[in-house]
Amino acid sequence: MVHFSAEEKAAITSLWGKVNVEDAGGEALGRLLVVYPWTQRFFDNFGNLSSASAIMGNPKVKAHGKKVLTSFGDAVKNMDNLKGTFAKLSELHCDKLHVDPENFRLLGNVLVCVLAHHFGKEFTPQVQAAYQKVVAGVANALAHKYH
Amino acid sequence: MSLTKAERTIILSMWGKISTQADAIGTEALEMLFASFPQTKTYFPHFELRAGSAHLRAHGAKVVAALGDAVRSLDDVAGALSRLSELHAYILRVDPVNFKLLSHCLLVTLASHFPADLTADAHAAWDKFLSLVSCVLTEKYR
Repeated sequence: MVHFSAEEKAAITSLWGKVNVEDAGGEALGRLLVVYPWTQRFFDNFGNLSSASAIMGNPKVKAHGKKVLTSFGDAVKNMDNLKGTFAKLSELHCDKLHVDPENFRLLGNVLVCVLAHHFGKEFTPQVQAAYQKVVAGVANALAHKYH
Repeated sequence: MSLTKAERTIILSMWGKISTQADAIGTEALEMLFASFPQTKTYFPHFELRAGSAHLRAHGAKVVAALGDAVRSLDDVAGALSRLSELHAYILRVDPVNFKLLSHCLLVTLASHFPADLTADAHAAWDKFLSLVSCVLTEKYR
């Protein structure tokens, strides 16, 4: 189980407080679909995904990105119990959505890139390290119920 | 990445033996994949995946047949697997990480079926060959 120090929790929470979840969510999901085009396999019904600009401007991508990142916000509030927090979502992603957990790792890393892109110098190596830990924790928690 | 003459000799000589048990080897590798790495089952929600199922046997045979196509064209694996490469890039879109997992399971299966043949050199040749196949199958992804 992943353990966060007080400093890591403080760094994660304070940065998260400044994140616009709607914008960052759309950005992260959009970039996932652009950078790793095979991830589009789960979104055939999202309409126009034919180019980077189409993807980044797609309203369904933005809406879904917001949903995903809002859920990620639950992780920030429950860093000591990620597996419990994401148990139901884990079952959903395995049994109903059939999503390869590798996608959670890819999205986590894209999110880190988006945060760095947005926060610049404020996104120090220490802050990145803390966020790498939380995205890995979320990815593992979401994969935990897979069978 | 391309295979040396020695590596090709190893692959070709073992392939003779492998092809006589092709279906069994393919099926076993897939069973191993799904048991050790259950997340790989997410690509087969439409399959009955219990051990010995017809789906598993048919798909295992398919996978090994494709490897056979590559073995018969060791100097142009990309050409031999071009159609499969497009299929994986545009239709199947299996995350690239899974090719390493299946390659590993195939190696494990070969090791258990052909202990005398899978020397350290042969192990290296097969690992390289499977890695080459994986590269070809993912090269059109982006």
